[in-house]
Amino acid sequence: MASGTATNADPDQQTVRSNSVEQFYFPRPGQSLPGIPPFFGPPSSSLYLANDNEAKVGNQLEPNPSQSTDWDPQAIVSNLTFLEQKIKQVKDVVQSMSNRENQVASGSCEVAAKQQLITADLTSIIIQLITTAGSLLPSMKNPLSSNPAVRQLSNTLGSPMGFGMNANQRPSVDSKTDIPDIGKASGYEELINSLNTTQDERDELIKGPNPCGGEGSEPTPMEDHDVKESDDGDHEGENLPPGSYVVLQLEKEEILAPHTHFCLICGKGFKRDANLRMHMRGHGDEYKTAAALAKPTRDSGSDHAPVTRYSCPFVGCKRNKEHKKFQPLKTILCVKNHYKRSHCDKSYTCSRCNTKKFSVIADLKTHEKHCGRDKWLCSCGTTFSRKDKLFGHVALFQGHTPALPMDDVKVSEASEQQQGSEPMNEISRSMGCFPCSSSDGISNLDMKMADDVRGYYSPMSFDPCFGALDDFTRPGFDISEDPFSFLPSGCTSNNETSRVNKGSNVPPLGLWKWTETLSDFSH
Amino acid sequence: MAAASAAHRHSKRCRLSPVPLDSPADELLFLVLDRVAAADPRALKSFALASRACHAAESRHRRVLRPLRADLLPAALVRYPSASRLDLSLCARVPDAALAAVPSSGSSSLRAVDLSRSSGFGAAGIAALARACPCLADLDLSNGVHLGDAAAAEVARMRKLQRLSLSRCKQVTDMGLGCVAVGCTDLKDLSLKWCIGITDLGLNLLALKCTKLTTLDLSYTMITKESLLSIIKLTNLQVLTLVGCIGIDDDALSSLEKEYSKSIQVLDMSHCQNVTDVGVSSVVKSIPNLLELNLSYCCPVTPSMVRCLQKVSKLQTLKLEGCKFMADGLKAIGSSCVSIRELSLSKSAGVTDTELSFAVSKLKNLLKLDITCCRNITDVSVVSITRSCTSLISLRMESCSHVSSGALQLIGKHCSQLEELDLTDSDLDDEGLKALTGCTNLSSLKIGICLRISDEGLTHIGKSCPKLRDIDLYRCGGISDDGVIQIAQGCPMLESINLSYCTELTDRSLMSLSKCTKLNTLEIRGCPRISSAGLSEIAMGCRLLSKLDIKKCFEINDVGMLYLSQFSHALRQINLSYCSVTDIGLLSLSSICGLQNMTIVHLAGITPNGLIAALMVCGGLTKVKLHEAFKSMMPLHMLKNVEARGCMFQWINKPFKVLYIFFQPACLPLRYV
Repeated sequence: MASGTATNADPDQQTVRSNSVEQFYFPRPGQSLPGIPPFFGPPSSSLYLANDNEAKVGNQLEPNPSQSTDWDPQAIVSNLTFLEQKIKQVKDVVQSMSNRENQVASGSCEVAAKQQLITADLTSIIIQLITTAGSLLPSMKNPLSSNPAVRQLSNTLGSPMGFGMNANQRPSVDSKTDIPDIGKASGYEELINSLNTTQDERDELIKGPNPCGGEGSEPTPMEDHDVKESDDGDHEGENLPPGSYVVLQLEKEEILAPHTHFCLICGKGFKRDANLRMHMRGHGDEYKTAAALAKPTRDSGSDHAPVTRYSCPFVGCKRNKEHKKFQPLKTILCVKNHYKRSHCDKSYTCSRCNTKKFSVIADLKTHEKHCGRDKWLCSCGTTFSRKDKLFGHVALFQGHTPALPMDDVKVSEASEQQQGSEPMNEISRSMGCFPCSSSDGISNLDMKMADDVRGYYSPMSFDPCFGALDDFTRPGFDISEDPFSFLPSGCTSNNETSRVNKGSNVPPLGLWKWTETLSDFSH
Repeated sequence: MAAASAAHRHSKRCRLSPVPLDSPADELLFLVLDRVAAADPRALKSFALASRACHAAESRHRRVLRPLRADLLPAALVRYPSASRLDLSLCARVPDAALAAVPSSGSSSLRAVDLSRSSGFGAAGIAALARACPCLADLDLSNGVHLGDAAAAEVARMRKLQRLSLSRCKQVTDMGLGCVAVGCTDLKDLSLKWCIGITDLGLNLLALKCTKLTTLDLSYTMITKESLLSIIKLTNLQVLTLVGCIGIDDDALSSLEKEYSKSIQVLDMSHCQNVTDVGVSSVVKSIPNLLELNLSYCCPVTPSMVRCLQKVSKLQTLKLEGCKFMADGLKAIGSSCVSIRELSLSKSAGVTDTELSFAVSKLKNLLKLDITCCRNITDVSVVSITRSCTSLISLRMESCSHVSSGALQLIGKHCSQLEELDLTDSDLDDEGLKALTGCTNLSSLKIGICLRISDEGLTHIGKSCPKLRDIDLYRCGGISDDGVIQIAQGCPMLESINLSYCTELTDRSLMSLSKCTKLNTLEIRGCPRISSAGLSEIAMGCRLLSKLDIKKCFEINDVGMLYLSQFSHALRQINLSYCSVTDIGLLSLSSICGLQNMTIVHLAGITPNGLIAALMVCGGLTKVKLHEAFKSMMPLHMLKNVEARGCMFQWINKPFKVLYIFFQPACLPLRYV
């Protein structure tokens, strides 16, 4: 055992182990890491299973996505040197420990208290180490990969690249049970043992193509599909009886994580593992194999896995599992959208109307599509952004009617008016015989009426008694026998007839008009 | 004629006696006036001129106004306060101002307004109409291509509206329809044909709000299965027209399977190109009370589909025009649709002698049969039709050219109830016409391109068919004046006659036809021996003449036009191409104010100035066909003015054909195919 420890005392290996060790301390309250919000306490659910950890991955994220994308070479260099120093420190401590252990093994047992102290030192150093490593890569800030491909990757790399990543996959339940072990400080051997077992466990996890049990329940199944926007998980149709499913509760930080898949080489974050796999091809030919590019198969054990539903971490929310009428959320995506919509600031403002605010960017985009453009208006004054909503409203309420926007009505009326009147005016100007709206005494002659069904009209043209009754006194004459009846009758307008009536010296009305018309055309 | 003279006598007596006409009850007087108007509409004018009381009585009597000019609308409505129907179809342009001038008090009796042929008005005009006639029940806004949602919103103010046509109002969207649906809840008859802006959203709302709908025309709209269900569920719907709806497919029709409509009686799904026999089978199940089904140009006719029609026990009319008949499809009609009275198979493919014979042998009650262009049928079919369907009222078998003259004789012998017979382009001879002597009810006879008929056959028709209203003798080269004289003497009810390209005819024919006072349509195209003398007789005798085609009657000149302008005030449509008419004739013609449609191509005597003068004078024109050469010769602003009044120009660019094209049977252009 001791020899095994000696060989394992190599700094690199140590790093890997400390990586596992970190797990024990990481979830401790109050031990906040720089730039990482504190992780509050043990999971509150009694149903909190080991696979919860999978879901919890990424809870150490920075809430601000912009910082995680920063890439400062100088900072990395300084971080690396710091890391070197720390590794050396750890090495020294372990070496000193092994020396002491030899002494202890030689007989004395009263240094137990000192040993405990050293263990505490060790742990603090390891934590610092991890902290620094975390700030080294963006991926460390958002430590997560539940992706089997990434696990495979870390397996093949086997080493510092897996730093922090796999550690996070450690079940927190383990950490709860393990911490007292260390706390007991039963000895370095135990520590090493525990390190070894965790190492083994981890290797198992890594090697298994289909990680067994809850480990297989991917936290982001929705992300594999191209689900752009989904509701808050209002799957009202689904009525799972309480207790028939497992409730998971992600923490705020996990929910707000922008990325869930990270490149182990450059640390770039992705929302979908398919995108990560595409990205990985750029890092070498080994990632271009069919196996590396293949979509991770769903584990066969998933059907045995209990149905999982999600709870909102916001206490008092209906989606929170403590709520009396708790309604679980179906997927991670639902959780994300629900949490952002209900419990976060609405930071995205519509640039067009400057009033509508959204917390989910997809909502903003949806709004911008018809912001200010289509205002569907009801006669009751209610406005709708969508036509079908307006029609649903109109269908619902008696007497409500779709209302046209006022400016539209005015514009269309104006255009129709213009279209209607302009040529007419032109005609009346050029012809002088088209009274557009003559309400004054019309004694016009060519009004024809008809009432027979076959569609002829009665040839009542030149009806002299039409309109005013006074005309009636004039002797009726059948204009169809009139010698001038072939002459333009349409031109016999008011002014002409009045002239005729006055008896002025003008030619008989038709002929006069005709000649005038012709002379008009000649020029 | 007798009634007209009675009216004249009547008015004379009024003038003589000082007793005013208000003593007899209005009802009685109106009955007299109705009969007078039916005989000769001009008699009413004489009557109104008789006395002040007659004038007032005539004003009270008139129910329908059809003005020639929209600007006279206010005066017309004041004079005829009891008019209930305003037909503006002769006013090509009705500006908003004209509608705004409709007095609201004088037009309280107005119930129907027809604006289907008018343009130039918009939402403002309709708003004015809605203010003046809030009780309007019938509004026709067809062809209002410029009318939009604003106009529809104004229509919605007419709360009592029962019938509304928005055909071809392409700019109306769901918003406009929504307004109408909410505002006019009494609607019973709605046409949304060609309203391509309307979607399921508006139709769903319509079905929800207008539950009294009995007739709905959704032809060529974008209706899909989303709203079809709610339309079918309308409890009062009787007539549903879905012509050319591309959104109606088998899927939409199968979604109706669980729904039943007891009220729908007429379903028209012609030209629905996405419907197959499967969809028809499923839709038929949900409308068990169907009386009429139209599947023309819709789907192939399969035996299984036809068997589904068995469930529709009351089916009376089945139209399958232009359909492709699968094997045994037509036979299945005979065995499944025993109740049908009317069957149309025109232009269908796959109609064979054996199947048609089987079908008609089962359909003994058939009243109307249309087998136009079923070119494969022979004497066998005709024999079985005449044997089993003896009560036929209408038989159309144009272009069934394999049927022999002997078989055609059977038609007259067996089907003595015939009122309508179409044997165009057949082997009919004088014997066949002689056989028709038993058909005394015959009112429409189309025997164009029957080259074997002669005056003898027409003599039989003239002697035995006194009720004949419509006869078509297009390109019957064997007939002469004597035959036409026999027809004119024997058929006083004649309204329409086509004598085109009967090249032997002379003025004698027209002189005899001038005795047919009801004649309104005369086609003597390509009769080169007819002159102005004959036409003048027609103009004086047939005062109701409204359609006249004298193309290629080279002898007709200005004199004929002068007579027309003096006597034919009912003339609406005239074709003058190739005639010898000059500017004088054209100008005199243009004094007929009702003239709407003119074709003036290849007239040697017409000058641009004369033409434009005629066009400017004739205010009611809606369509004019001119030779393209005139387009550049006439001042543009004049053309624009004429167009602004609502006239459309069609420019023809055909070469001037050589004079006197003689009748050549070998190279006939088949007009009816």
